[in-house]
Amino acid sequence: MAFGRSDGPRMPTAIKLLIAGGFGVGKTTMVGAVSEIRPLRTEETLTDRSVGVDDLSGVEEKTTTTVAMDFGRISIGDDFMLYLFGTPGQERFWFVWDELARGALGAVVLADTRRLADCFPSVDYFERRGTPFVVAVNCFEGAPVFELDEVKMALNLGPDVPVMLCDARSRDSGKDVLIALVKHAYGRRPSAAVG
Amino acid sequence: MSNEVNPDGERLLDAPTVRPYVIARGRTEAQDRFDLISLAVTVRPTTGTEIGLDPEHQAIVRLCRRPLSVAEIAAHLDLPAGIVRVLLGDLFDRGFVAVQQPQPEMDVLDERMYKAVLDGLRAL
Repeated sequence: MAFGRSDGPRMPTAIKLLIAGGFGVGKTTMVGAVSEIRPLRTEETLTDRSVGVDDLSGVEEKTTTTVAMDFGRISIGDDFMLYLFGTPGQERFWFVWDELARGALGAVVLADTRRLADCFPSVDYFERRGTPFVVAVNCFEGAPVFELDEVKMALNLGPDVPVMLCDARSRDSGKDVLIALVKHAYGRRPSAAVG
Repeated sequence: MSNEVNPDGERLLDAPTVRPYVIARGRTEAQDRFDLISLAVTVRPTTGTEIGLDPEHQAIVRLCRRPLSVAEIAAHLDLPAGIVRVLLGDLFDRGFVAVQQPQPEMDVLDERMYKAVLDGLRAL
């Protein structure tokens, strides 16, 4: 394609990480805690590609839905820009997920122990897609405290999926989660198996 | 919303939600060209007198004096990402911006990248 990687001035390489999980679990909070910029919001307009998920029986017209995503950025020197996207919380917007997940290095699935089932769709999605992910349990005050092994069992996670506690409001905590994710993704990269 | 069609079949384009598609002149085919994290940087400033460049094009050229992603441009200009892709395609075709595509998935294997990202995160 004409707009390749080599022409024009030297530019950083953009890397995408996703922050997923149920509605109100703290995705945007986590994006904001680690981002160097105030979280921004971008809108994707979906047309008929979302049809088939919504119940449109008998409706011939195209529908248009706008999905908003919050995102932040972390510059890594001059060479890399990490973009953190909070995934839209509703399952019927899988189309945006597919676009977002394409090329993503990995995902954080944020979980709330009061509503653990809310993160099932995210876990299912990334497992199915083969996207490396870690589960971070956001420690809400007053939420029941579970052992991480219990969370792991409840989510039926593979033995290699990292599960950790976090505080989505804390920059250090968010940073630790991202480090765990990048390490996990590194171990999961296809060439790692070869040697 | 007054989005009715008059007898000539023309849409009355006064609804704000329609406006982005006016900016993009109804084109949507360029939407798949750029990812949300494709980075754009201005390589040639506009003079403001170019034919066929709308204020939104000019705004992108001004914004991208440093590399910005499609998502950031969209957020700063308050336009849907799809419209920004179309406008960016115009600017790219006319040589005003360079666009860097993100690493394709297969290339996200580079050991150097993982190490740099881990070091960078630890140093935050």
